[in-house]
Amino acid sequence: MAMSEPDIGLALVNIVLLGLLFVVAIAIARLRSLFAIVMLSGIYSLVSAVWYVAVDAVDVGFTEAAVGAGMSTAVLLGAMLLTSRTAKPEKSLRQLGPLLVCIATGIMLIYATVDLPAVGDPNSPANTGVGLTYLRVAWYDTGIENVVTPVLGSYRGFDTLGETTVVFVAGIAVALLLGFGERSLAETIRNEDKNLSKNAPKSDAEDEESDS
Amino acid sequence: MKSDHHVILRVITKTLIPVIVLYGLYVQFHGDFGPGGGFQAGVILAVGVILYALVFGVPSAMRAVPPAFTRSVAAIGVLLYAGVGFWALLQGGQYLEYQALFQEEPGGHHGQHVGIILIELGVLFGVSGAMLTIFYAFAGRVAEIRDEDW
Repeated sequence: MAMSEPDIGLALVNIVLLGLLFVVAIAIARLRSLFAIVMLSGIYSLVSAVWYVAVDAVDVGFTEAAVGAGMSTAVLLGAMLLTSRTAKPEKSLRQLGPLLVCIATGIMLIYATVDLPAVGDPNSPANTGVGLTYLRVAWYDTGIENVVTPVLGSYRGFDTLGETTVVFVAGIAVALLLGFGERSLAETIRNEDKNLSKNAPKSDAEDEESDS
Repeated sequence: MKSDHHVILRVITKTLIPVIVLYGLYVQFHGDFGPGGGFQAGVILAVGVILYALVFGVPSAMRAVPPAFTRSVAAIGVLLYAGVGFWALLQGGQYLEYQALFQEEPGGHHGQHVGIILIELGVLFGVSGAMLTIFYAFAGRVAEIRDEDW
């Protein structure tokens, strides 16, 4: 669609969003406060989610907003509590190696971008091969309106089963390494029991506000 | 710690969490028509509980949604997904062949709908349970989160 006449509005949106991503990335690299870094990485995910929507990848953007901005920010906040609040400053000489790696990777990625098809190009491999077949047959095969759902659930059901298992295994692995987290609950209950036996009328129950 | 200067946060969170959970369920059951599905819905549901834990404390969240429950839900989710595959096997089809669930002719869509809804439920359970297990594993190691800790 953008082949014949470039859409200036879309280009501006892209430039603004990618510029925001760049600024946030620089800020993350330069900050030392872990709390600020966690919050900024959430913002980074949110901006990239908006950008995915701008390039018509709604599902990816949605997932990025839910997982990147929501879930991983919360998990990182939890992980941050286990360590110190600020990162140690690196010696400037030791920053040289990572910088070179970043620049080399960036040059390679930009070089690879030259061969990428334009956004929405109907002749791109993604739109002519199996993707087109899915669009044509999914409705007759499954009778489901959103083509993404039968591709994920039906045509590639094994993939999705594998992904679900990976998520499950990740959860179990983290729990096995760090414990199931019941220490905090047990400690709270122990403290409450102590408080109750010490001074029964002044209980914590008021603060907890029963939700039931 | 027991101060009440988070009252606005608490009130807003209390009104937000039902909306978050409702939105998660909408994403789950509207996945046939719009963007979304089990993965996103599972994460949204988990985030609802995590928000509760961040504002009201991890122990209160663990009372509402116990860690034993989250890890069982994760296991049940994977079991449900894999079980749909075995259901198809038992009906004489191939693994995860939804067409075989009700032994339909080609062109019948009932098995596809039921199969996909069931596996999406499996994904929802698996993802939300695993995410909450991970969060509890990290956040539960600290006894109490004080305001100064942030």
